[in-house]
Amino acid sequence: MSVVLVDAGGTNIGSVRYALQRLGVDAELTADAATIRAADKVILPGVGAAGPGMARLRELGLVGLLRSLSQPVLGVCLGMQLLCAHSEEGDTGCLGLIPLPVRRFAEAPGLRVPHMGWNRLSAKQAHSLLAGLAADEQAYFVHSYAVPASDWTLATSDYGGAFSAVIARDNYYGMQFHPERSAAVGAKLLRNFLEL
Amino acid sequence: MLSRRIIPCLDVRDGKVVKGVRFRDHVVMGEIVELALRYRDEGADELVFYDITASPEGRSVDRDWVEKVARAIDIPFCVAGGIRSVDEARAVLHAGADKISVNSPALERPVLIDELAAAFGVQCVVVGVDSLRDADGQWHVRQYTGDTSKTRALPRRTLDWMVEAQQRGAGEIVLNCMGSDGVRLGYDLEQLSMARTICHVPLIASGGAGALEHFRDAFIEADVDGALAASVFHSGAIAIPELKHYLHRQGVAIRS
Repeated sequence: MSVVLVDAGGTNIGSVRYALQRLGVDAELTADAATIRAADKVILPGVGAAGPGMARLRELGLVGLLRSLSQPVLGVCLGMQLLCAHSEEGDTGCLGLIPLPVRRFAEAPGLRVPHMGWNRLSAKQAHSLLAGLAADEQAYFVHSYAVPASDWTLATSDYGGAFSAVIARDNYYGMQFHPERSAAVGAKLLRNFLEL
Repeated sequence: MLSRRIIPCLDVRDGKVVKGVRFRDHVVMGEIVELALRYRDEGADELVFYDITASPEGRSVDRDWVEKVARAIDIPFCVAGGIRSVDEARAVLHAGADKISVNSPALERPVLIDELAAAFGVQCVVVGVDSLRDADGQWHVRQYTGDTSKTRALPRRTLDWMVEAQQRGAGEIVLNCMGSDGVRLGYDLEQLSMARTICHVPLIASGGAGALEHFRDAFIEADVDGALAASVFHSGAIAIPELKHYLHRQGVAIRS
């Protein structure tokens, strides 16, 4: 199986690559359209801001390509937000593959932004991506913007209200947390994606 | 609900994990990757690696071990120690660190915080603050604490610096209360509670953990997001599974 990591400049690319290696998969880091198109699985990692993230994809000429893929595509953290329609962060139009907005967490007493740390995943739909996920399992999040819960939400987490932790539409999947840094839970969900 | 974090801190010197008392007299505790894996297995929520010699010696953190740790563990980790530019931070992040922490170099040149936040996002940028109460009754910031012969007391008040750091783009603040560090009599709840009132990003308590209830007090009384400790974990005085079990029974949200 060939897995590619889209090199969109995110600083967590190394961590995602090592996490895949721990699962026995050597993912190629690439920005080459033909290589991405030919892959069995495509992962769009991302750490940073939405505006520069989209600008980088445009510079690389990958926007149209990412919109036209038919194999499973996984966006991680910012990568998931880039799959959505629009982000409040820098008023950025995103890839529009999953018709959802990305909004900033509203600060409130006891609600620090960024949302940083381990939080519970709550499955909302049965899906093979969530196979084996137990009720009280937690994943590691680091983000200031979030996608509201919706019909495309497979799992939520709660931080001043429910938000989307895992989303899916057709062959496009997103995880707001960092599976590469979420211990056994993250490894399980990454393996599930590889087995889709 | 977001869990409170238990964060073992591994002070790194010459490629080994060390620990001293009140920032002095360092002794070797073990190999970096070996200790990282041990804490990951025991349920640590995050790790901090602090190259205690990097900043006073004016050099950046040695990167080889960062990549080794990133390959080995599957929990987040932060690297601190002498990072004084965007390029140095990028190298550490690309080696696999999830966050970088700046302390003395940010005091030398506060705009470093703005530059790091602009380049990587605030979520990558931790500001470490070493703080000690002075004769005037105020908490003030200390610089170059990794080497006692180079440590400097600054006129800057701790709380003022924390406000400025957040305005500049700190995504998390580790407040190391030096008066309580290494002596295991509990976190400085007074200082942490004061800091909490002006800290709108995650706040991590550091310095003074010696018993299970010290962690509970930091979480419940000072409302910190994470508690960092070193010697009690390295020595085995507190085992993380036992600590988490205790905190859970005390009603603190933790990751089991």
